[in-house]
Amino acid sequence: MTVAVNPTQAGEPVFYLADEHPHPEGYSTSLGFWIYLMSDCLIFAILFATFGVLGGNYAAGPAPKDLFELPLVAVNTSMLLLSSITYGFAMLTMQQNKTAQTQMWLAITGLFGAAFIGIELSEFAHMIHEGATPQRSAFLSAFFTLVGTHGLHVSCGLIWLVTLMVQVWKFGLIEANRRRLMCLSMFWHFLDVVWIGVFTFVYLLGVLR
Amino acid sequence: MNTDTHAAHADDHHHGDSRAHGSFSTYMLGFVLSVVLTAIPFWLVMSGALPSKQITALVIMAFAVVQIVVHMIYFLHMNTTSENGWSMMALIFTIVMVVIALSGSLWVMNHLNSNMMPIHQMTGMK
Amino acid sequence: MSPDLLKLIFGRLTIESLPLHEPIVVGTFAVVATGGLVMLAGLTYFRLWGYLWSEWFTSVDHKRIGIMYMILGIVMLLRGFADALMMRLQQALAFGGSEGYLNSHHYDQVFTAHGVIMIFFVAMPLVTGLMNFVVPLQIGARDVSFPFLNNFSFWMTVGGAVLVMASLFIGEFARTGWLAYPPLSNIGYSPDVGVDYYIWGLQVAGVGTTLSGINLICTIVKLRCPGMTMMRMPVFTWTALCTNVLIVASFPVLTVVLALLSLDRYVGTNFFTNDFGGSPMMYVNLIWIWGHPEVYILVLPAFGIFSEVTSTFSGKRLFGYTSMVYATVVITILSYLVWLHHFFTMGSGASVNSFFGITTMIISIPTGAKMFNWLFTMYRGRIRFELPMMWTIAFMLTFVLGGMTGVLLAVPPADFVLHNSLFLIAHFHNVIIGGVVFGAFAGIGYWFPKAFGFKLDPFWGKLSFWFWVTGFYLAFMPLYVLGLMGVTRRLRVFDDPSLQIWFIVAGIGAFLVFLGILSMLMQFAVSFLRREQLKDVTGDPWDARTLEWATSSPPPAYNFAFTPVVHDNDAWWDMKKRGYQRPLTGFKPIHMPSSTGTGIILAGFATAMGFGLIWYIWWLAAASFIAMLAVGIGHTFNYHRDFDIPADDVIRAEDARTKLLAGAK
Repeated sequence: MTVAVNPTQAGEPVFYLADEHPHPEGYSTSLGFWIYLMSDCLIFAILFATFGVLGGNYAAGPAPKDLFELPLVAVNTSMLLLSSITYGFAMLTMQQNKTAQTQMWLAITGLFGAAFIGIELSEFAHMIHEGATPQRSAFLSAFFTLVGTHGLHVSCGLIWLVTLMVQVWKFGLIEANRRRLMCLSMFWHFLDVVWIGVFTFVYLLGVLR
Repeated sequence: MNTDTHAAHADDHHHGDSRAHGSFSTYMLGFVLSVVLTAIPFWLVMSGALPSKQITALVIMAFAVVQIVVHMIYFLHMNTTSENGWSMMALIFTIVMVVIALSGSLWVMNHLNSNMMPIHQMTGMK
Repeated sequence: MSPDLLKLIFGRLTIESLPLHEPIVVGTFAVVATGGLVMLAGLTYFRLWGYLWSEWFTSVDHKRIGIMYMILGIVMLLRGFADALMMRLQQALAFGGSEGYLNSHHYDQVFTAHGVIMIFFVAMPLVTGLMNFVVPLQIGARDVSFPFLNNFSFWMTVGGAVLVMASLFIGEFARTGWLAYPPLSNIGYSPDVGVDYYIWGLQVAGVGTTLSGINLICTIVKLRCPGMTMMRMPVFTWTALCTNVLIVASFPVLTVVLALLSLDRYVGTNFFTNDFGGSPMMYVNLIWIWGHPEVYILVLPAFGIFSEVTSTFSGKRLFGYTSMVYATVVITILSYLVWLHHFFTMGSGASVNSFFGITTMIISIPTGAKMFNWLFTMYRGRIRFELPMMWTIAFMLTFVLGGMTGVLLAVPPADFVLHNSLFLIAHFHNVIIGGVVFGAFAGIGYWFPKAFGFKLDPFWGKLSFWFWVTGFYLAFMPLYVLGLMGVTRRLRVFDDPSLQIWFIVAGIGAFLVFLGILSMLMQFAVSFLRREQLKDVTGDPWDARTLEWATSSPPPAYNFAFTPVVHDNDAWWDMKKRGYQRPLTGFKPIHMPSSTGTGIILAGFATAMGFGLIWYIWWLAAASFIAMLAVGIGHTFNYHRDFDIPADDVIRAEDARTKLLAGAK
């Protein structure tokens, strides 16, 4: 596998690899997925910027103080945090080649994720019921869009999680599936990071305002 | 493919999977830290423990920044060596872009609002 | 059928949506339909469908995808340029009480479509196509990092183009200008489908662009051949890297802005409305955070092309390689810090305007450094005035002029006078045509023999060159004058008869450019017919310097039989100088990705979904979305996506080349 490239060593310069090995499958995947996450990060950045600019425009409608229930947000945050650590356990058991346990932790992660979505939807439903609809003011438009986009991402993550569980069930913890689980792990933890921004800047600072 | 001028492929040994993996203890440490870093800001806001809103706001923003770093290190396993530093490079570039877009928009739009909608002066003129 | 049922099936699409009352559109439709039918019949008659499907549409080969991007760009150039001619004619006619020949409804669509098509579906595909074709060859790779994704990205771009083209015959296009500023683009003032066509056309194409950006970054970072360190990468690859970084960092912004606009239009949110706390200026702010980097996305690869062309045709190593690289990187970062210069007049005040005015002026420094690098490369070089070099020199003269008017516009007080005037129009055409279009043409002329194995006909090429260059100056210099006299953009009729002569001159210029485009099409046709005389068997017709010229023309599917090892910036020049012998034995099977139809199917569903959303045909949108999800997930169940080219096939291809090369000597 070694080839002398340095011309001073071999005398004759080497201009091609006589014996090469193709890049392993998925050679670029983790970098590529990371770059995708960075572009996603900018999507959220612009939504945060929109919320930052329009978030104070209540249009004589309800303000964060009237709407946000911090205990509920705290519960929701804990759902996401718990799902993060359980996903971590899934990755650890995956490294030990324990398929059944990996699947179990993935399922638990999925349940926490679903709980998060459920709580968020009920919060939205409650707000809309009280007349705080996305159409009510620029603040509410920005709020629903930012938080909703995060929720949409988590939902996509759930669909992906189920797909991967089926694939692990069918094909086992093969290299390709491990790579996919690793990508989903980055996605999942990335959504966690975004949520830190959401609960700090939208909910906590909103209530302080 | 282990050659000395082969910088572009130096991470071949890891077979394309050059991200660091965590262990049980690092995951748990990250989890505990993030629980603490979440709980304190919630408590600060809900109890109003600090004397002024501004100080509270600054403190919880600081907590958010620290928590993001914690997640990056313990959950996303960011370090300066994965992918030959390209992951970190991409992250730093993104942070710069995010800061520019966020602070720029806020700055520009705030100036616009204060210049073009002099509500306070108008009400003062009455 | 009851109206309710019709509405359920067709949404707001009715017979009245077809622009049957517009004779110009009907005429265009007749011509396009006839041409299309002839083409379809021809393809069927010559039994080319199977070949096209299996060898091109489903191909994941970066070279073929690159060529398809170029074809898309050139086809769309014809449409975009037709719009330009119509505008020039209208403005030259509509004086002294004459209404011209376009009504305002039609004229407003024409100028919007012209801008949208030229930027998104001409300039972007041309640039992306060249990057796709050249970059893997230049870095000694076999393909891009994610070949399937590459195919998918291309078809999403096509999907966007299809939606925009559909608007010509089904319904209408936006009448808002190419960036669709609210409140005009909001549902209250644009209740028709035009803006929806705009939104979904760009969203579908935007997904493709972003993914292709990620793909090319990964390719450049991960797949460089041994020895090619970052500072040994060809300058075109460097500019491609920076451009794709800009794409990934800016297209998400466009995606969000358009998504928010569509929420305003579809759901009734209040982001960019005048009521309930919305802020239309926030849209302007956000869309230019994408919009300014977009300009550099287009022009950076053009800079790269000019660098390659200048050093090849001057027979010299590029002057100041390192400074060129740093200038490119600096431009990449700075391009993110200037967006407000597009709306100085918004009223953010002196501090904001001064900041962005100064950053804008600073950008001219690295750009100027590049200009001097090219000049010093030519200095004491043995310059061959082949077509690509001619385009390069035209670029240097034209772009400097455009750049200087740009610095002028960067002065906020001057901008208050010139904002939205024809001076601005002249400025950005000056840099985009002079930079991006000339660059794309230089690139096409330069790499065409690599892609097809024969050179382009120089006679028709030179004719096209001179028509283009003189046409450009005639068309746009008058606009500078008109702009200084205070004529604003997008006007349909004029009162002051003294202005007419300038518009007539501009119209003549546009007509010359039209002849230039015709000559270029002739050039392609003539070159194809004369391909035996223009043939190049060496794979290196220009005595060039970078790695793509080391392989045959056209390159085999696997690009290089053996992965090259690089010792110098000008890798191929170094190989030639040091007596590189082409390997004749020891070929092995080569691992390559397999073709797949998933990309085109997914993009087809995405386009159908866009169409459904535009016309409120909700069942179509939902069904296409579910189908997309199903096909996408189904695709992930296929774990066998590559195959080995057998060693025998490699031997056959390489032996054929050996014979060709022997025959050439």
